[in-house]
Amino acid sequence: MNKIFILWLRQVIRYLRSRPRIIGSLGQPLLFLVALGFGFGPVFAKAGQGNYLEFLAPGVVGMGIIFTSIFSGIEVIWDRQFGFLKETLVAPVSRLRIMVGRTLGGATVATLQGVLVLALTFLIGFRPANAWLILPAILVMGLVALLFTSLGTAIASMLDDMQGFQLIMNFLVMPLFFLSGALFPLDHLPTAIRVATVIDPLTYGIDAMRHLLIGASHYALSLDLLVLSAFTAVFVALGAWLFSRIQV
Amino acid sequence: MPEPIIHVDRLTKKFKNFMAVDHISFDVPAGQIFAFLGPNGAGKSTTIKMITTLLHPSSGTIRLNGVDPVKDPKDARRSFGIVFQDPSLDDELTAWENLEFHGVLYGVPKELRRTRIGEMLAFVELSDRRDDLVKTFSGGMKRRLEIARGLLHHPKVLFLDEPTLGLDPQTRNHMWSYLHELNRKEGITVFFSTHYMEEAERNAQRIAVIDHGKIVTSGTSDDLKAQTHTATLEDAFLALTGTTIRDEAGSAADRMRQRHRAWGHR
Repeated sequence: MNKIFILWLRQVIRYLRSRPRIIGSLGQPLLFLVALGFGFGPVFAKAGQGNYLEFLAPGVVGMGIIFTSIFSGIEVIWDRQFGFLKETLVAPVSRLRIMVGRTLGGATVATLQGVLVLALTFLIGFRPANAWLILPAILVMGLVALLFTSLGTAIASMLDDMQGFQLIMNFLVMPLFFLSGALFPLDHLPTAIRVATVIDPLTYGIDAMRHLLIGASHYALSLDLLVLSAFTAVFVALGAWLFSRIQV
Repeated sequence: MPEPIIHVDRLTKKFKNFMAVDHISFDVPAGQIFAFLGPNGAGKSTTIKMITTLLHPSSGTIRLNGVDPVKDPKDARRSFGIVFQDPSLDDELTAWENLEFHGVLYGVPKELRRTRIGEMLAFVELSDRRDDLVKTFSGGMKRRLEIARGLLHHPKVLFLDEPTLGLDPQTRNHMWSYLHELNRKEGITVFFSTHYMEEAERNAQRIAVIDHGKIVTSGTSDDLKAQTHTATLEDAFLALTGTTIRDEAGSAADRMRQRHRAWGHR
């Protein structure tokens, strides 16, 4: 338990020490909130869909989480490049515990980032429907963070260096975000986009957050949680397996 | 004769079409300083990685402190400390945090851990820098901190893979004085790889010469010289391998360059 804790602590300490990274990663959500939230607001209202900022806020929180958590998972490559990974791999600790400690640390960091983005939405003028449901919404954030940190770890375990990073950003993280329903409602979509949103796990994370924060969602909360849990279980198992196969 | 602390028998590692380590066998007696001498690309790091559970051998057997690192990696890992060829510290953590992280991972109980961290920092003369981030350290300081870390859990064997690569001569001597003191005081076995002839000759009780994945010979520096009827280890190495020690891996380009140097401009 101590060993998992110290691996977790390391990730959290590194995050808290990197102020520029924290502030830097708030820039993008802020831009989305301001430019899209206020820019598309009138069109959205005219289409009879209500307040766009309110609709967008949980989506942007989801964005903050997916970017930070995949990045945290990918940090395995950094540690490999800078040698620190070897230090953990020769320690008398099973690979599974190393993976679990790191992943929990990364997920914690991503959840903190999600909470910061949520606070940012409050500054912009977003108000949740029921303040009591912020806490369960943070739990959902934690689940989404765990899901994508495991995915990041799984991918990083297969890569030797940072060469593939751009590929992952443009062909995985961006599509996962843009096709998740973070920016647009899920009704009346063309079939291809609809299929993409259905298989995108982030869709269910953002839908669950919408349910809790604005009281409106596309799917039932129970379905969202079920799908999220299933994806998380699969990615944690996959990440653990791929991580256990790393040779340096 | 007591059982050797490291026993390697016909150890082999094959990468696709390349034999990195080719059926090597050797023993390291407990409490000795043992040098693994050979040019870059000879198979030194690969061998160390196999003994230290980072790579699976293609064939052959290893015993480390009575344990098979392939079958029982967790037990094997408790018995050694390692300083890798490249730095492996977390730059964003302080010296103390790096040691604390290591101590917890190795299951050193809290009180013992705190005392030992203090001792080790004092031993490598970094006590006054304990709360500084490692990214502010020089190369020599980082190496010293890595030695302190490798010793934290009272290992039986300390592996050092090219420990003085990239260090200036002064830091190098300094580092070796720590290692000798340690070997004397705690009876720790030191296994190091190097491609510096004088480093092996000056510091090791026994030397194994490795080239192209094979152990050419092993023994004391004097044994090696007597075997080859040469006066210096440099000449002995030349007699044994047919080449002077190369600084770079023997790539095709290097061989061309060597031939060019040997035959001059014609």
